[in-house]
Amino acid sequence: MNAAPENILEVDKLITSFETERGLLRAVDQVSFTVPSGKTVGIVGESGCGKSVTAMSIVRLLPQPAGKILGGEVRFKGRDLVHASEAEIRKIRGGEIGVIFQEPMSALNPVHRIGRQVSEVFRLHTKLSKKEAWDASVEMLKLVRIPAPEKRMMDYPHQLSGGMRQRIVIALALACRPSLVIADEPTTALDVTVQAQILDLIGRLQQEMGMSVILITHDLGVIAESCDEVVVMYAGRVVEKASSSELFARPLHAYTKGLLRSIPTLETPSKSVLSTIPGMVASLADHTHGCRFCQRMGRITAGGMGTRERPGFAEVSPGHWVETCPECYQP
Amino acid sequence: MLSAMNDPSLLSVDGLRVHFPVRGGVLLRQTGAVRAVDGVSFSIAPGETLGLVGESGCGKSTLGKAIVRLLKPTSGSIRFGGVDITTLSQRELRPLRRDVQMIFQDPAESLDPRMSVRSIIEEPFIIHGIGNRAERLKRVDELLDRVGLPSSAAERYSFEFSGGQRQRIGIARALALKPKLIVCDEPVSALDVSIQSQILNLLVELQKDFGLSYLFIAHDLSVVKHVSDRVAVMYLGKIVELASSEAIYREPRHAYTKALLSAIPSHDPRVRRPRILLEGDVPSPIDPPKGSAFGHRIGHARYEETVGMELALTEVADGHLVAADPCCLTEEDWQRVRSR
Repeated sequence: MNAAPENILEVDKLITSFETERGLLRAVDQVSFTVPSGKTVGIVGESGCGKSVTAMSIVRLLPQPAGKILGGEVRFKGRDLVHASEAEIRKIRGGEIGVIFQEPMSALNPVHRIGRQVSEVFRLHTKLSKKEAWDASVEMLKLVRIPAPEKRMMDYPHQLSGGMRQRIVIALALACRPSLVIADEPTTALDVTVQAQILDLIGRLQQEMGMSVILITHDLGVIAESCDEVVVMYAGRVVEKASSSELFARPLHAYTKGLLRSIPTLETPSKSVLSTIPGMVASLADHTHGCRFCQRMGRITAGGMGTRERPGFAEVSPGHWVETCPECYQP
Repeated sequence: MLSAMNDPSLLSVDGLRVHFPVRGGVLLRQTGAVRAVDGVSFSIAPGETLGLVGESGCGKSTLGKAIVRLLKPTSGSIRFGGVDITTLSQRELRPLRRDVQMIFQDPAESLDPRMSVRSIIEEPFIIHGIGNRAERLKRVDELLDRVGLPSSAAERYSFEFSGGQRQRIGIARALALKPKLIVCDEPVSALDVSIQSQILNLLVELQKDFGLSYLFIAHDLSVVKHVSDRVAVMYLGKIVELASSEAIYREPRHAYTKALLSAIPSHDPRVRRPRILLEGDVPSPIDPPKGSAFGHRIGHARYEETVGMELALTEVADGHLVAADPCCLTEEDWQRVRSR
């Protein structure tokens, strides 16, 4: 409808909270970003930064009844997903939006054969007959390059290696030729050589099928290798957003800089002192209203909490957005 | 028992095998064995870090556990400070336990949730009968300070701490008895990147201060490169390449090492390294291929040649050892190791 045609997904000021014993905790605090058609957008951050909750909010897979979307909008091809009915969202999820989860063993049902699980997707989302769905599933396994797909259809998940299981999960997510795929740490549980295979596979399938991808990871290397745009999250908020080449060449926010500097690469001299970010990731329970990275750095003291203003978020050069806390961002 | 030899190394492992029995049939007879570690030799000098990399299931953790004798080796020998510790009883091992300590991947699982941090760190002193209570508590305070925790941490319980802080507690406990060697099994892989660098810095600093040796086991090659003097690459129970960390990253010789290195994502989007994509999976250690395991995986034309070959680690350049495997070496390197 009124959505810009080049963006397949628009997330606008999304707020997601969890009801806990300690009260309502805001895991995602006004997160906004867009996914251009056919592109890969990476969301990167440390544990608890809200990257997975953001993704799960988009497809409304939040833990129930604790998780709630309290505000903001998610528009997929112009359609509002936040207020869509449960039936509508179920149609979209697994259909037009595919989801790849981190731990393939928990995304697959251990007591059903692979064949049944893959063809179920076709049975749910298309009008294919049982036989047709089965054949389509074999095709799908071929597409994700599983050797001897007919045989694998008869296997149970535990009979496959981690890399093969992740391929099955990808096959499930891609079965209905989705236009958007959300991959939540798709390679974190895998070895590097298998990770390389899977990232390569996702990249090639994206080219073949022309889909858009949201890739959630804590690994900046994975982001650098496979994303067009990057969203950096810290403590429930987006602190920086730019194209991948721009972000790695010119990180602007203190948190992004710290993150990039603290990782040893093959080029870092051995046993040299790595730069660190002091403290630890702030817990949801004691989030300040002001700049949360300042809170971690000890620049906001307990007494000052809540009195500070939330820093703005501004486009400082074309396509490069940053949270403009005067301490964390100096132009 | 004491036969201090000329061997300058602190730890030397020779032809070590750790096999786990596989039982089957009605009578649960042993029908086979998982060859988790299958003929591994290396040494670690005082003050040195040997990095051990490999993918899941390659046997690196089993090797680490065998060295601290948490697992019984099937054959081969482990010498520590010139003393053969391969077959010592748990009682005879007691003095060794002071010298060799271990840091685990998941500090949450390796720290007793019912013990205060003070009792956790004090326990090694009690077990080994060191000092009176006042002295022990003083040491606990010193250790906490050394690993960057406030002394108030002593009163608290491990679950009250974050992952990084818990790993500090694990490190303090490992340091308590002033060990010479610490086996670190994936010490930072469960931590967030910004915390990971704090722990790596601490480990490097402690090594400088106390002259510690590390066996540093990890799957993250950049991390291993950062902390290690030499690096051993393991594949299916065997070391396939061992060299100084500079040499192994600058000039890897074994095809598996090359594939492993090429798979590391680069942190610079402008640099796109050519990736070597491996086909297939690691073969099962229950029924490993008769010849070159990696040659078998990649379906190498010369695989048949390697059946029955020893594929021993051979020096290909100064201090650079590689498995003598025609499937995994360039023709030039293969000729070089064959002439040795």
